[in-house]
Amino acid sequence: MNSFSKWLKSGQPWIWLNAGAVTISLLMVIGLVLLIAVRGLAYFWPADVMLADYLYKGETSRVLGEITDSEDVNLERLRDSGFDIESEQEHLIRYLVKTGNRDVSGADFRVILKPMLKDVSYPPDVMVVERREWGNFYGFLKAVKKDGEIIAEGEEAQNIFQQRLDAALDVFEQISTIRKHDIGAINYNMERLRLRERRLELDGDTDPARQAEIIKDKKALDEEYKLLQAKLATLTKKIQRDSLVMETVDGKRVEINMGKVVHAYFPNAMSVLDKLGFYFTKLWEFVSDEPREANTEGGIFPAIFGTVMMVLLMAILVTPFGVVAAVYLREYAKQGLVIRLIRIAVNNLAGVPSIVYGIFGLGFFVYFLGGNIDALFFPEAAPAPVFGTPGILWSSLTLALLTLPVVIVATEEGLSRIPRSIREGSLALGATKAETLWRTVLPMASPAMMTGLILAVARAAGEVAPLMLVGVVKLAPSLPLDANFPFLHMERKFMHLGFHIYDVGFQSPNVEAARPLVYATSLLLIIVIVLLNLFAIRIRNRLRENYRMLEN
Amino acid sequence: MNKEASLTHGVNLDVLERDLDNSSAGSEEITLKVENVDLYYSEKQALKNINMEIPKNRVTAFIGPSGCGKSTLLRCFNRMNDLVDNVRIEGRFLLDGEDIYHKNVQVSQLRRRVGMVFQKPNPFPKSIYENVAYGMRIIGIKDKRKLDENIEKALKGAALWDEVKDRLHDSAMGLSGGQQQRLVIARAIAIEPEVLLLDEPASALDPISTLKIEELIYELKDKYTIVIVTHNMQQAARVSDYTAFMYMGELIEHGDTKSIFTNPKKKKTEDYITGRYG
Repeated sequence: MNSFSKWLKSGQPWIWLNAGAVTISLLMVIGLVLLIAVRGLAYFWPADVMLADYLYKGETSRVLGEITDSEDVNLERLRDSGFDIESEQEHLIRYLVKTGNRDVSGADFRVILKPMLKDVSYPPDVMVVERREWGNFYGFLKAVKKDGEIIAEGEEAQNIFQQRLDAALDVFEQISTIRKHDIGAINYNMERLRLRERRLELDGDTDPARQAEIIKDKKALDEEYKLLQAKLATLTKKIQRDSLVMETVDGKRVEINMGKVVHAYFPNAMSVLDKLGFYFTKLWEFVSDEPREANTEGGIFPAIFGTVMMVLLMAILVTPFGVVAAVYLREYAKQGLVIRLIRIAVNNLAGVPSIVYGIFGLGFFVYFLGGNIDALFFPEAAPAPVFGTPGILWSSLTLALLTLPVVIVATEEGLSRIPRSIREGSLALGATKAETLWRTVLPMASPAMMTGLILAVARAAGEVAPLMLVGVVKLAPSLPLDANFPFLHMERKFMHLGFHIYDVGFQSPNVEAARPLVYATSLLLIIVIVLLNLFAIRIRNRLRENYRMLEN
Repeated sequence: MNKEASLTHGVNLDVLERDLDNSSAGSEEITLKVENVDLYYSEKQALKNINMEIPKNRVTAFIGPSGCGKSTLLRCFNRMNDLVDNVRIEGRFLLDGEDIYHKNVQVSQLRRRVGMVFQKPNPFPKSIYENVAYGMRIIGIKDKRKLDENIEKALKGAALWDEVKDRLHDSAMGLSGGQQQRLVIARAIAIEPEVLLLDEPASALDPISTLKIEELIYELKDKYTIVIVTHNMQQAARVSDYTAFMYMGELIEHGDTKSIFTNPKKKKTEDYITGRYG
C-alpha cells in the first residue's frame, strides 16, 4: 500500500496514462488509414479469375469470376434461410464473386458458399474486358471481327486483339478530344454569340455592322463545326469497324464493339510484374480520368480538381478577410464590452453546424447576391441563371465564412504574441501605427495566420454538407478552369471528393461494385487534405524561420 | 584594480573630472525644456510639477529608485506615453522651443527627431541591414547607395561596423545582447535624430557590453543630446554631464554631475547616493 501511494506520487501513472492515450489515438488513426488504404487500393489489382462448378439447390452451374470478398457465416443462419447443407463445421466460408456480364446475366455479383464449389481452376485463356458500358465482361475470346467479317479466331485472335485494341483506343482518344475540346469550344463560343446578340437586342442596338459581324462569326463557327462533324463521323466509323467475339462461361456468344473496350487482359496468364504494371496503369487512370457509369467506374479527376480548386479559392478569400478583421479587433478597436461580445460571437460562429452555413449561402449568396448580379450584369442570359445558381464561387465563399472564425482567432492570437518592445521600437523610429503594423507586426504574425489557414483548409476540404446546397453536383460537365475565355468559370458547378464518396457509396445503382471506390476515394480525399496541409505547413515553417525571435 | 571591477564597485570620482570644466547649466544651449509638468495614470499622479532644462550635446542622467517616475518622464519626450491608456499630462514639453504636445505636432515626425533606445535590446527579426534601414525606409529613402552609405555610417557611429560588416544580411537575432543593443542604437542614429533617449540601455547587459555602450554614449554626445535613465549610479557618474535625481514623482535635484555626486544640496539626494535607500 505504501509503495503504491509512493508510485502514485512519483508521477509515473500520469506518464503511462498520457503515453497510453497518445498510443491509442495513434493506433486508431493508423488503423483507419490502413483499412481505407488496403480496401481501396486492392480494387485496382487484376485478381485471378476462377472457373468452377457450383452446386446450388441440386443444380450445377458454372461460375467464372473473381473473388472480391469472403466472410464466415453461421451454419444455423444458412439453414434458416433455406439452405440444405450437411457439414461438420459450424461456420462456412461464403464468397462474394464478381462475375460481371451484367448485360447477359443481369447482375455483377454472386454470393457463393465455398463448400459447394467443385473443380476450381484458373484457366489462362480467361479474358476480362473492361467496358465503357455494362461493367466488366468475363469470358473467353473466340474471334476478332472487322467490318462484320471474322479476321482471326482462337489463338490467332489472342495475338491480334491487343494491336486492334490499341488502334481503337487511339481513335477513341481522338474522338473524345474533338468532342470535349474542339466541339466544346465551338458550343461555348456559339453560346457567347447568342448572348451577345440577345444583349444587343435588349439594348435596342440595331447597328447592322454589329449584326453582320455576329452572323459572320456564327457562320465561321458553323463551318468549323461541320468540318469537325465530318471528321468525327469517319472516326466513329473507324472505331465501330472492329469487334471482339466473346463466349461466356455458359457458352453464350457476345459481340463487343472495340470502341466500347477500355482494357482487355488475361489475368490468369499475367506474371506478377505484368500485374504490377497493370495495377499502376489502373491507379493512374483512377486519379486522372473522368468517371463513367454513374460514377461507379473510371476516374475521379474532376472531383480532385474541384476539391483542390475550391479549397484554394476559399483560402484566397478567407485569409485577407480574416486577417483584416483580426487586426481591427486586436489593434484598433477600443477593448471593451462591445469587442468582447464580438469576440464571443466570432468564437461561437465556429460552432454553428455547417449545414446552416449552407442554407445561408444558398439564401444570401446564391439567390440574393447571385440573383442580383444576374439581373444587373447578365440580363441577356435570362431566364437561365449565371451566378444565380449554385457554383464554385458561392461554395468557396460559404466555406470562407465557415472558416473565418478560425482564421480570426489564430491571427488575433499571433498579434497578441508580438512583444510590445518590438512595436515600441518601430514607433520610436518614427513609424506610424499603420507602418508598424505593415512592416513589422503583420510579417511577424504571419506564421500564426498560416496556422489559422491550415486549420481552415483542414476543415474546408472535408466539408460536404453545405456544399450540397451551394455548388457541388454529382457530375459536372466541365471543369471550372478550362481553355475557353475567360478560363476561370467561377459560376460553374463542380465535383467534390467528399460528395463523390457519398454519391458513389450510397446513391449509386451498383453499390457492390462501387464499394471499393468509396474506400479509394476516401483515401484520395485524405491524401489531398494532407497534401494541402503540408503545403501550408511548409509555408508557415519558412515564415517562422524568417521571423524567429530570440528565445528570452 | 581592473576595468571590469571598477564598473561594479564604488563611485570612481576621477571619472567625473573629465569634460566638466565649462558646464554650468546657465551658459548652455537648451534643447529640451520641461515646464510645470504633472502626469497622471488614471487617478494616480506619477509626475509632480517637474521643471527642468536639458542642454544640447550633453548627457543628462536621470537617477532615482524604482518607480520614481524617471522612465515616465523620459517617455514623455518622444510621446511614448501616448500608447498607454488613461494618461493625462499637464504642463509643457518644449523641444527647441516648440511644444511637442501641441495638437499640430505629428507624433511620427517628433519621434524621428527624438530617438529612443529601450532597456531590453529589441531588434526586429530581420537582417542587420534591414534593421538599420528600417527608419530610413519609413522616411522614404529608397536609393540603394544612399542606404548603404547611411547604414555604414550608423553602424560605425554605434561602434558595431567592424563586428558585423561581413554579415550585414544575417539575422539580427544572431547577435549577442550587447551587439543587439548597439544595433538598436545604430538604428536610432541612422535617421539622425537631435535627441537620443536611453532607457536603462545597459541594464540587461554584461559588464563588457556595458562598458562598450558607455564608451559609445560618450562619443555620441558630440552629435546628439542624450538623456539616459539608469539605476546604476556609477554609470550615471561615469557617462553624464548633468544628473537629475527623482524621488516619488518629484524632481529633487538637478545639476552638473560632479556637484550632485560630491556635494548634493538636498538630504534625500545624499541619502540615495550614499546608498541609504533606493
